[in-house]
Amino acid sequence: MAISFEVNGQKKSVDVDPQTPLLWVLRDTLNITGTKYGCGIAACGACTVHIDGQPSRSCVFSVASVAGKKITTIEGLSADRSHPVQQAWIEEQAPQCGYCQSGQIMTAVAFLKRNAKPTAAEVDEAMSNNICRCGTAQRIRAAVLKAADLMHGAKASGNSAGGEL
Amino acid sequence: MSTAVTRRTVLKTTLTTGAVAGAALVIGFEVPQAKGSLEKPVVNPLTAWIKIDQNGAVTLVYSKSEMGQGVSTSLPMILAEELCVDWKDVRVEHAPVERAFGSQGTGGSGSVTTMWMPLRTAGAAARQMLIAAAAQQWGVTPEVCVAKSGAVWHNSEKLLYGELIERASQLPVPDLQSVQLKKPEEFQLIGKSVPRTDIPAKTDGSAIFGLDVRVPGMVYAVVARCPVFGGKVKAFDATKAKAIKGVRDVFEIPGVAKGVHSCGGVVVVADTTYIAMQARKQLQIDWDYGSAATESSETLRKQFRTLVDSNMKVILDQGDADHVISSAESDKKIECDYELPFQAHATMEPMNCTVHIASDGAEAWAPSQSPDMVQGIIGQLTGLPADKIRVHTTFMGGAFGRRYQADFPTEATQIAQRVGKPVQLVWSREDDMTHDFYRPASYHRLSGAVDGEGNIVAWRHKQASTSIAEWFNPHEAPESSELGCTTQMPYLVKSYKLEYLPAASAVPRAWWRSVEASVIGFVMESFMDELAHAAGADPYEFRIQKLGEVRLVKDAVDARGRPLDTARFKGVLQLAAEKSGWGKPLPKGEGRGIAAHYSFHSYVANVAEVAVENGHVRVKRVISAVDIGTPVNPDGIRAQVEGAIVYGLTAALKSQITIQNGQAMQNNFNKFSTLSMRETPRIEVYIVPSSIAPTGIGEPGLPPTAPAVMNAIFAATGKRIRRLPLQPTDLA
Repeated sequence: MAISFEVNGQKKSVDVDPQTPLLWVLRDTLNITGTKYGCGIAACGACTVHIDGQPSRSCVFSVASVAGKKITTIEGLSADRSHPVQQAWIEEQAPQCGYCQSGQIMTAVAFLKRNAKPTAAEVDEAMSNNICRCGTAQRIRAAVLKAADLMHGAKASGNSAGGEL
Repeated sequence: MSTAVTRRTVLKTTLTTGAVAGAALVIGFEVPQAKGSLEKPVVNPLTAWIKIDQNGAVTLVYSKSEMGQGVSTSLPMILAEELCVDWKDVRVEHAPVERAFGSQGTGGSGSVTTMWMPLRTAGAAARQMLIAAAAQQWGVTPEVCVAKSGAVWHNSEKLLYGELIERASQLPVPDLQSVQLKKPEEFQLIGKSVPRTDIPAKTDGSAIFGLDVRVPGMVYAVVARCPVFGGKVKAFDATKAKAIKGVRDVFEIPGVAKGVHSCGGVVVVADTTYIAMQARKQLQIDWDYGSAATESSETLRKQFRTLVDSNMKVILDQGDADHVISSAESDKKIECDYELPFQAHATMEPMNCTVHIASDGAEAWAPSQSPDMVQGIIGQLTGLPADKIRVHTTFMGGAFGRRYQADFPTEATQIAQRVGKPVQLVWSREDDMTHDFYRPASYHRLSGAVDGEGNIVAWRHKQASTSIAEWFNPHEAPESSELGCTTQMPYLVKSYKLEYLPAASAVPRAWWRSVEASVIGFVMESFMDELAHAAGADPYEFRIQKLGEVRLVKDAVDARGRPLDTARFKGVLQLAAEKSGWGKPLPKGEGRGIAAHYSFHSYVANVAEVAVENGHVRVKRVISAVDIGTPVNPDGIRAQVEGAIVYGLTAALKSQITIQNGQAMQNNFNKFSTLSMRETPRIEVYIVPSSIAPTGIGEPGLPPTAPAVMNAIFAATGKRIRRLPLQPTDLA
């Protein structure tokens, strides 16, 4: 029996095993591949999407559990990378391999909706359950703070990386 | 890398690069190589590396795998510099696997190092051809024309590259040895930070990683591999698996031994990844666990201890270290053991590869550090010639050495041969973590002594490890992959002795970010700190003193090794010390530690600041100074050092792979813990200005990280950590 839900504003209907995790429905059935598989046990955060606005690890939510709900993936943030979090990510040159970054960005977007003007320590708490093996945490921290500034039209705070040439 | 078996030479001996020969040779397959096929082709830079359309749009081609280290920016920057085009006008694309681009193997921090001159000469030759074309058109000599910003100028006249490209690309390619290169002071782009070309697509989900490849008609496959290293399938029953809707096939593939080290196992092919994974759980497999089933971390540790207690193979024996140590006064003598565990690469994107084999050709989408090897593997297994095998190198979700291996492309090809459709082989996280090629485990007995004046009178290093060289080739000297900078002792040591023996182990191992330097850097720089303490000296001052006068230290074992320049080694120590405020007092419970290391021809010194409270360590700040010759993209360099430091901190403080019953005990991120954002210190990276040829930076930031932190812990607490990773009980 088909299960219906909305992804990035578009109605979708899939006929799969209802226990299939949302992650694999997005990736393999709908070919929306920006959301990544990292661990399958909600330990790394690479598969983070928004379900009715809540940041959720799509590898452990069955497709049956999202019937009738609104899903936002990285592809749905903006049509042109204009979301302040995407802009801040580019300005801070945060990604390296980039694989975890969809999940990082989706986590950050949801966090900034809850806490519009976070401190660095609050960013650390919010982002500490997303794993990045490339070691981009310092730049992600700076990018989240910069995104908060961009959202308030304030002048962005300084560069992430220490050091100089 | 000191001796014969570097990453590159191992790959040369195990896999002769296939793209060149038309088929890769994986030892074990033993197919002869076509004669004369290794001759270098003359490459027209204006048809290979550089594409300019008639509207002037410039596309620059990069031939190394982009795994987050920034080669899709730094390599085109080198071309753009000599070509004289404005960076804003440049687009980049990955090279196809073709002879013209040479080896595409990406590792050993070698991309910028090895491509520096080829890309400069290609860019300069292209510029010369464009100038010649303009001169012809104007009827003037090329000497009166100059290239600037994508155009050739003669007085106030200009011809855009787009207007010249047709004529220029027909001209003879100049002799690459004699093309006029820019002088470093003429560089407009090299040395300036530019935003990475690959980053925008990594913020909106559009970057295509290996697992994101979607081809019409494709299916998905997973493999059930024996959990015990080296084990095999005895028998299996697929009845239940095949009953699941969406399962298309279940079959066995053999393991491939030499060079490849793929496990073999039972393959499930299905309509989706999830169905394949679910069906795999329903397989009933009777395994032959083989001889490795009794191996554990504890048995290995016992073996290590027996080895270092024994007479080992003497690698170096300069002076009379044994005697000096045995006769030294006890308060000036140190004897201690260091231990490092296996480490998994744990790339965020697990191994995968998509392959389609048709009767008249093959196509592969490979997140590989060696796409030419992938082409060779497919050629080897199918008999197809190289020009019928198209390999697309995708972005890859981390690599760190893991994606240099041949196992996952070999499995994907084996599966695709049977399936006859495009098939994506997917490794689960558990597959990836329990069937890695791990950073070797090692054990080190260090003995040393200082005299009354603080001279290092003896240093003896007895090392046992699970050798990488031996794993790939039992005929190779096992120590050749394990010694690193121990054969290039930068410090003044009167008597120096180096001994080694390999430990027997069935655990697969290979190159992990910074390879043996990740081990040797920790041991040498921790022990140097111990000697400083024995001498009653400041650890920084002690290092500077012991570097002595400026000299070049040759590799004592491998005459081909590039000498270590003590002036550059000293330079990074001094810069890191200065930027960290070395010597300034810290609050109680805090400490500062320093370490420096030479690896991949690059010099890095790190200073770590830690706070220890209630037995818990917090790394607050790491200051890094690097000397890698000419910095090409400084912000990219900083990012690599930041990343290497975090990777090194994870290995120092959090992660390890332990073995029980011949299996890896950690199979996912809940058991293999990594440094979180809240644990990530502030990292500052300083680059020594230089105009000599650049060397690598993907790895060299890592080796001095663990010793800097452990030396800082010693400064804070007086406790010396000699076994990694740090355990919660170590400081209790």
